[in-house]
Amino acid sequence: MRLIVNGETYETMKADTIQGLLDELGISSVKVAVEVNLNIIKKSDYSNYKLKDGDRIEIVNFVGGG
Amino acid sequence: MHLSNEQIKRYSRQILLPQIGEEGQIKILSAKVCIIGAGGLGSALGYYLSAAGVGKICIVDNDIVELSNLQRQISHNTHRLGELKVLSAKKTFEALNPDINVIPEKVRLCKDNILTLFENYDIICDCSDNFETRFLINDSCIILNKPLITGAVSQFEGQLAVIIPGESPCYRCLFESPPPLEFQASMQELGVIGFLPGVIGSLQAGEVIKLITGAGEILKGELLIYNALKQSFKKLKIPKNPNCTACGNKK
Repeated sequence: MRLIVNGETYETMKADTIQGLLDELGISSVKVAVEVNLNIIKKSDYSNYKLKDGDRIEIVNFVGGG
Repeated sequence: MHLSNEQIKRYSRQILLPQIGEEGQIKILSAKVCIIGAGGLGSALGYYLSAAGVGKICIVDNDIVELSNLQRQISHNTHRLGELKVLSAKKTFEALNPDINVIPEKVRLCKDNILTLFENYDIICDCSDNFETRFLINDSCIILNKPLITGAVSQFEGQLAVIIPGESPCYRCLFESPPPLEFQASMQELGVIGFLPGVIGSLQAGEVIKLITGAGEILKGELLIYNALKQSFKKLKIPKNPNCTACGNKK
């Protein structure tokens, strides 16, 4: 499946959910917020949110320093 | 209120701007802004707001100046080690501009003191260094209907957002709740490049001045993400969450 992740094309290996994609990218879900096609997805839905070919995904880091 | 000859000279370069003018300068001199955090972001933001003549600036922080701060927290210096950051910042900013009044608040914000404190100010700026405070500030600004300019930095990444209660999405629309404490503790160790809070704090100052004077367009409904390694800025649209626990019941 081909996705746009943070503006760049990404071909998934086997991920078909948000959690699967984060695992594939080695990103811990507690460190980010995820937006799919301009909708923020609740963390509790990461495991069952099915991604589709062509989805635009933004993974936003939790940044908290001052 | 009339500008003195000295004020006309001091602020001449911004009075010349048609979007500011004498009228805008008078608004700036009458503005009351609260900055939470006298660290890297608060230093840059406070510097530019002071230079611009923001009449009343409150700075909230309960830390003292440490040696490891000085690589980025430019309102402090080597002679101020061990001093309260709010007093060090007050000295720096009032030396730059005697027109302004800096109010030091040596407190740690909590739900018992935050609303009383914020009530006295027109604009709130989040320059804090932890997520509990960031969420508390967001929720309090929604309750009080105060505009919030939030900045954040870590490593080589900076973020900027402006929250106008009732109009824009809020911090909680994007990040539901603070990350786990163990993750937060590990974040402190990640480091930050010194100029980064200078960039983001300056951008916060820009949004404050625009809000006060009505110049231009405010960054609203978007998160600005700065990547210092790639030297790139990106704006990400943030949708308003109708079920947001902080702002969901507002229109």
